Amino acid sequence: MNPTLFTYTLHLADNALIVGQRNSEWTGHGPVLEQDIAITNISLDYLGQARNFYQYAATVYNNFNENEKKAVDKYIPRAWKEYNRELQEDDLAFLRDEHQFLNLLITELPKGDWSHTVLRQFFFSAFQFYQYQQLQKSSDAQLSAIAEKSIKEVAYHLRWSSEWVIRLGDGTAESKQRMKIALANTEMFTGEMFTPAPYEEINVASLKDDWNKKITDVFSEATLTPLKPDGVGGRPWFQTGGKEGKHTEYMGFLLAEMQYLQRTYPNATW
Amino acid sequence: MVTEREIWKILEEVKDPEVPVLSIIDLGILRKVELTPLPGRDEPQVKLFITPTYSGCPAMDVITMDIRLKLIEKGFRTVSIQQQLSPAWTTDWMSEEGKQKLKAYGIAPPNPKQQFCTTEMFQQEAVQCPRCNSYHTELISQFGSTACKSMYRCLDCKEAFDYFKCH
Repeated sequence: MNPTLFTYTLHLADNALIVGQRNSEWTGHGPVLEQDIAITNISLDYLGQARNFYQYAATVYNNFNENEKKAVDKYIPRAWKEYNRELQEDDLAFLRDEHQFLNLLITELPKGDWSHTVLRQFFFSAFQFYQYQQLQKSSDAQLSAIAEKSIKEVAYHLRWSSEWVIRLGDGTAESKQRMKIALANTEMFTGEMFTPAPYEEINVASLKDDWNKKITDVFSEATLTPLKPDGVGGRPWFQTGGKEGKHTEYMGFLLAEMQYLQRTYPNATW
Repeated sequence: MVTEREIWKILEEVKDPEVPVLSIIDLGILRKVELTPLPGRDEPQVKLFITPTYSGCPAMDVITMDIRLKLIEKGFRTVSIQQQLSPAWTTDWMSEEGKQKLKAYGIAPPNPKQQFCTTEMFQQEAVQCPRCNSYHTELISQFGSTACKSMYRCLDCKEAFDYFKCH
């Protein structure tokens, strides 16, 4: 088997888990009850996607020979190695250290105010929609099946977040101002989505045109200034690193909260 | 020797824990039943393939356990349940009987999938109020009390209701 299949599956799982964990911080804190329920439902979809990917990654790893295991050893949690049992989904989610996570930086950014959450969701959902569209054609049957299943949920996320970008962008002076601030804080993290990593099966650079078109259409409806195209002055310097395990300072705090229980009470279940 | 049809019949008794009027057969969750004779035993090995509704649906774990318990209760001790993701579940697989049961329970049944499962924004979907049958209804939120539902209100009888959204 191919060691990069494991790494790629981890990357896909980490994206879903980390953005899901971030959105779940809204539970009980949403601006209105209906939207509190909406954002936590989106988190739940991500948790399901992450579980499907982690379960598959664990199966792939358990079927590896010794050489293949060695090739991906830097992603394997140390604590698990003392458990003397097969690798499981929870080990990958709750026992890996920060540098072993391969999620995009945009997924780990703090939830911020509602405009930050909505804009991150829109940027990421638009990317994930086109990514899963390609992944459905994967030569790997399980990755293709997970993508086929998940893209239907992502379509709802994309619709929901597009509508909110328009509602806030074309809303009041206050909501528009907040969208502008969110844009200034988030745009620099969008470039990483289209910067290929060696383990990626699909060519993410090729998704950029579709993504740009979607963003331009929604921004125009939202009366927001369009993003500057490639090569034009004034574009932000794009931050990268998440796909190689180099994260923002926010990531460690997120993991500390998310992994606390499994690290304090190893193998705890309920 | 028990037949596959009889297993399907038995599993009609397993309900969705979140929508207890619907069986897993009504929902279209059960995809395939395979029976293999076991040497020296009266009952065969039962192998089932089920598919989740939504990726993160917490009811799936409960449903898997309920299937197992129901089969054990009926004397089938060797049961294996496998999850099958492709082809992905769709509300189009819900039985006509299931849709009627949903409506009687107060949840508007799903419209055909191809009409509204898109990323198009601000779409107005014609959803019928399960109480007064009016189509004069409006969306409150695309996301509801469970992953599979959205919230609507009827502008005639003024009642809020759940809509089992198309998927």
